[in-house]
Amino acid sequence: MSRASAAGLVRGGAFAAAGVAFPFVVHAAWIVNIGILTLMYAALATAWNLFSGYTGYISLGQIAFFGLGAYTLAVTFEHVGIGSGYNPLFALPLVGAGVGLASLPVAWIALRTRHMTFAIVTLTLLFVVQQLAFNLHSLTHGSSGMMLPTPTFGIANYDRPFYLAMLALLLLALGLCWIVLRSKLGLMLLAIREDEEKARGLGVRVTGAKLVAWWLSIAVTAMVGGVWAYYLTFIYPESAVDPLVMIGAVLMTFLGGRGTLWGPTIGALVLVPAQQYLLTRLGASELYLVGYSAVFMVVLLVLPRGILPSLRDAIERARERQRTRGKRISRSQAAA
Amino acid sequence: MLLEVEKLAKRFGGVTAVDACSFGVPEGSVTALVGPNGSGKTTAFNLITGYARPDSGAIRFAGASVRRPDPVRLARRGLTRTFQQARVFAGLTLVQNLVAALQQPWWAAARHAVRPHEHARALELLDEFGLAGLAEERAGNLSYGQKKLLEFATVLMGEPRLVLLDEPTAGVNPILVEQIEERIRDLNSRGLTFLVVEHNMNLVMRLCDPVVVLDHGTKLAEGRPDDVRNDPRVLDAYLGG
Repeated sequence: MSRASAAGLVRGGAFAAAGVAFPFVVHAAWIVNIGILTLMYAALATAWNLFSGYTGYISLGQIAFFGLGAYTLAVTFEHVGIGSGYNPLFALPLVGAGVGLASLPVAWIALRTRHMTFAIVTLTLLFVVQQLAFNLHSLTHGSSGMMLPTPTFGIANYDRPFYLAMLALLLLALGLCWIVLRSKLGLMLLAIREDEEKARGLGVRVTGAKLVAWWLSIAVTAMVGGVWAYYLTFIYPESAVDPLVMIGAVLMTFLGGRGTLWGPTIGALVLVPAQQYLLTRLGASELYLVGYSAVFMVVLLVLPRGILPSLRDAIERARERQRTRGKRISRSQAAA
Repeated sequence: MLLEVEKLAKRFGGVTAVDACSFGVPEGSVTALVGPNGSGKTTAFNLITGYARPDSGAIRFAGASVRRPDPVRLARRGLTRTFQQARVFAGLTLVQNLVAALQQPWWAAARHAVRPHEHARALELLDEFGLAGLAEERAGNLSYGQKKLLEFATVLMGEPRLVLLDEPTAGVNPILVEQIEERIRDLNSRGLTFLVVEHNMNLVMRLCDPVVVLDHGTKLAEGRPDDVRNDPRVLDAYLGG
C-alpha cells in the first residue's frame, strides 16, 4: 500500500474514533443533538459531492430522495411493520438501495441535459416529490404528516443510537468517495467533469459512469432521510423535502471544497455548529440568518475555492518558496 | 475501404453544411480532407464520429454500416478523433489523461484508477511524443502545442484503427509540426489509418494520399496529391471567387 493511502486510512480511522467517542464523552443531550445534525449534513454533503462534485453536474434535487427515504421508512412502519428499537435501522440499506434503483430512470432522463438545465430539472424533482407527499393521501396522510413509532431507547442516552447511525452513514459516504476516487470509475467521473465530449470520443462509457455515481449518492441520501425520520418520529411534506436542507448541504460542499474527499465534512463541521450557535443566541430576532450568511461570506472572501483546495494551494506555495530559498542558499554557499 | 461515406448531408437551418458528400478512406492510408474555410470539413468529421446526426446518407466503417453513429460505440470499434482546439482533461495529470482513454470492460470500473502496467504503457507513449518529463504535470499547465501532442497521444491509448485528426498542426510551431508529421508517418507505417483535415498544403502534399477536396459541402475532387493540385476546379475553389 502506498504512503498516501496509508495516511488516508489513518486520517479516516482517527476521525471515526473521535466521532464514536464524542457522545460517550459529552452527555448533554443538546450537544449530541447538534452532533446528529452536523453528521446528517456532513453525510448529505458528502453524498452530494460523490455525484455532483466529481461529475460537475450540479444537482439541486437530491433532497427529494432524502424525503423518499424518510417516507419509505414511515410507510413501511405503518403498513408492513419492521419492529422497533434498532431493527428499523437495519432495514435502511434496503431502503437506500431501493430508492436509488427507483431513481435511476428519472436520472437517466435528467442526465440528457447539462449545466444550468440539469440543475433546474433536478430542482423540479424536489417539488414533484413534495407534491406527491401532499397528494398521495392514502399513503402519506398528506399535509397532516406521518407519525413513526417512538423508539424504545433509554431516556438518558436517547440520542446516542441516532448519532451513531448518522456517523455510520457519514463513514459509509466517505468510504464510498475514497474507493470511487481511487478507481477507474473515479477517473471516468473526473474525465466527464473536465470534458465530457472528449471523454465520449475516447470511448468512455459516460452514461453508465454517471448513473453508478448517482445511484451510490442517492442510496446514501435516502438512508440519511430514513434515520432522520426515525429520529424526529414525525414527518410532513415541507420538512421531509426541504429546499433549505438541500441548499445547506450544497453550500457546505462549496465551502469545504467541491470534489475533495473531506471538504463537505469540513464544511458541515464549520457551518452547522455556527448555525445552531447563532440560532440559540440570536434566534429570537431573525438576526441569526444574517450571522449565518456572514460566516459564509467571510470564508468565501478569504478562501474562494473552498477551505481544502485553498489550504492545499497555500501549503504548495509555501513548499515551493522553501525549495527555491534552499537552492539560493546552497548557490550562495557554493559562491563563497 | 476502411471508411466509406455515401451521400452524407447535413443542414443547419437554411445552411447546407454538408451536401451529398461521398468519399472513402482506404485501409492503411493517410487520407487528407481539405477545402476552403466553411467547406464542411469539420461538420463531416462530426457526422462521421457521431457528434452530429446526419440528415441523410450512409457511413460504413470496417465493413459494417454505422446506423446511429455514437462517439462512445465508434471509439470502442476503433474510430476516434482529435478536436480542432486541442482538448485535454486540464485538471488531470498527463498519465491520467492517457489512462482515462483506455477502453475497459464495465466490470473493470472498480479496479485501481491507474494500474502499474497502464502507467508504464502511458509513459512509453508519452516518451514517443517527447512528453515523458511532464508525466505527472497537470495537463492544464501545458503549452498549446504540447496539448496538441498530448491529445494525439491520448487517442492512441485505445488502440484505434482509424484516427481522425482535425487540423493537427494549426497554431503549432514548425518544430512541433515536424514532430507531429513524423509521428503520423511512424504510426501509419505500423498500420494505423488516418483521415486528416489540414490547412498546411505543403504538409498535405508530402504526407497524404489520397486527397479529398471539399467545397460548399460537396466533394470537388479526389485523387493523388499531384493530380488534385493541378485540378482547375480545385485551383478555382481556393483562388477564384
